[in-house]
Amino acid sequence: MPLSCSGLSAGYGGEEVLHGIALALKPGSLYGMLGPNGSGKTTLLKTLARLHRPDSGSVRVGARNLFKDLGEREVARLIAYVPQEENLAFPLTVREVVGLGRTPWLGRFGWPGQRDTRAVDSALKEMDLENIGNAPFDAISGGERKRTIIARALAQEARILLLDEPTAHLDVAHALALWSLLGRLARRGRTVAVASHEMWHLARFCGRLFLIDKGRLALSGPPARVLGNSACGRAFGVKISLVRRGRTITPIINQ
Amino acid sequence: MRSRGRLLASYAVLLAALAGAFAAELLSGSAGIPVREAVLCLVGRGSETTEMARQVVLEVRLPRALTGACVGALLALSGVLLQGFLRNPLAEPYLLGISSGAGLAVTVALVAGVPAFIYGFYSNLLFAFLGALAALVAVYLLAKFRGRLMVTTLILAGVVVSAVLSALIMLLASYSTSRFFEIFSWLMGHLQPVSGGAVVWVVAWTFAGFLASWAQSRDLNALMLGEDEAVSLGVRVEPFKRTMFLLSSLMTGAAVSVSGLIGFVGLVAPHAARLLVGSDHRRLIPASALAGAALLMVADAAARVLVAPAELPVGVVTALVGGPFFLFLLLRHARELSRRPR
Repeated sequence: MPLSCSGLSAGYGGEEVLHGIALALKPGSLYGMLGPNGSGKTTLLKTLARLHRPDSGSVRVGARNLFKDLGEREVARLIAYVPQEENLAFPLTVREVVGLGRTPWLGRFGWPGQRDTRAVDSALKEMDLENIGNAPFDAISGGERKRTIIARALAQEARILLLDEPTAHLDVAHALALWSLLGRLARRGRTVAVASHEMWHLARFCGRLFLIDKGRLALSGPPARVLGNSACGRAFGVKISLVRRGRTITPIINQ
Repeated sequence: MRSRGRLLASYAVLLAALAGAFAAELLSGSAGIPVREAVLCLVGRGSETTEMARQVVLEVRLPRALTGACVGALLALSGVLLQGFLRNPLAEPYLLGISSGAGLAVTVALVAGVPAFIYGFYSNLLFAFLGALAALVAVYLLAKFRGRLMVTTLILAGVVVSAVLSALIMLLASYSTSRFFEIFSWLMGHLQPVSGGAVVWVVAWTFAGFLASWAQSRDLNALMLGEDEAVSLGVRVEPFKRTMFLLSSLMTGAAVSVSGLIGFVGLVAPHAARLLVGSDHRRLIPASALAGAALLMVADAAARVLVAPAELPVGVVTALVGGPFFLFLLLRHARELSRRPR
């Protein structure tokens, strides 16, 4: 299911953070959003996930307007959002956290049916969490925790996944594993967008990048084109040069 | 998901505690009724015992036990909802000043001489609800800083509001010297002999409150991860919060209108239930109601036994047990905060 926006402006209490953003996300490709701190990546993701109301402009899921044509529950069945930090108010097991992804499909009292149990089982399996299903969410490693939250998004059965810095706080091995997993999810037909600061992963795993600078869409295109453009380095206040080896490109970053 | 066996065992423990507490309520007291006679009265063979035993067990202790169970359940349910929707493990109707709000409203009604029953409706219920709701909204707005609700700020706001409201209650009570003692003993938390009509209201209210609370399980669960996450899981957060405000005020109000200010049951019962069945509200809400009912009946039985033949207000017993428990939770919360990076 494609997700797109046009003329999107949004802010907080009169202060505009995003200015007229237009972009389109299609199934089958992994999209990366990069930009300096405070450039508006999180606000953009939240607006695309219907968590933040734009001041002007529109967001469309397929042909439907995200804010006008769809209710909260309908949106939750289409779009899953994975925030930067997870802060659980009360202890839950890994399986219970993944089960929360079924929320938009459950009735008032929240009792799961067979389909819900199956969705949770397959999400746990896909994220390789079957063995720690009964472990407390607070007691597992950072990488496992991220996989749990992504499993929750999978259990939600949403075709669109929006993730805000999913690999922050993860060590290289776990980060690498997570990125290749996100690439796999996209290749299997989901629409996946990730906001991240990790240029080398963005370059390697994403099909298309969006550079957000001071609330505007400054550049978009394949990773080599975006990272290779001097405007990208300027936005971050660094110099970026690309090293190509076969089909992979690696950004080298200097002051 | 916990194993079915363990869950069944947990509920069995809770039901056994409830039965034990119920028995303690019916068997303890200053009248000295032998166990055998009390049991005979209960199984409908009261004619084989003395008239006095029958009256004490069926007309004093039984309504009192039912009231205790209901008030305990209401306070525990209110506590679970508050903890869940405020995302605050320390939240509880008494500590947040909601009980005091209900208490002040009922005191105003008492002093003004409003009849307890208006067209058969237990009028205190309405006053207590309005007072509870006003106090809850006030504390919520006071504690909300830049749209964020800090765990400890909320409790501080609650304690302050509670102190001011309690002072106002005392002030009002002093003006009404004729009813000072009545108001004062009710304020300390007392499962006083309630008339039969009121018991029916309370039992009905408790079951309605339980079902209405249970029906919030799905959304309460979603909120455990945070508000943004709840929205992204399809919860309409603002209407949901309004429902939570209303429900917790209604249940606190009902409890206060019947038995005055009883603290800490709404804190201890949900945490005890969480230990047994976990934090998933689908299981936690019924477990909390059972735990609250058992807890308050035990506390009430203790209140009657500890200083026999005199009687302690049950609020004194719950505060003596619950206060240290609150400190324990507070320290645990502080430790968790200090461990978290940032």
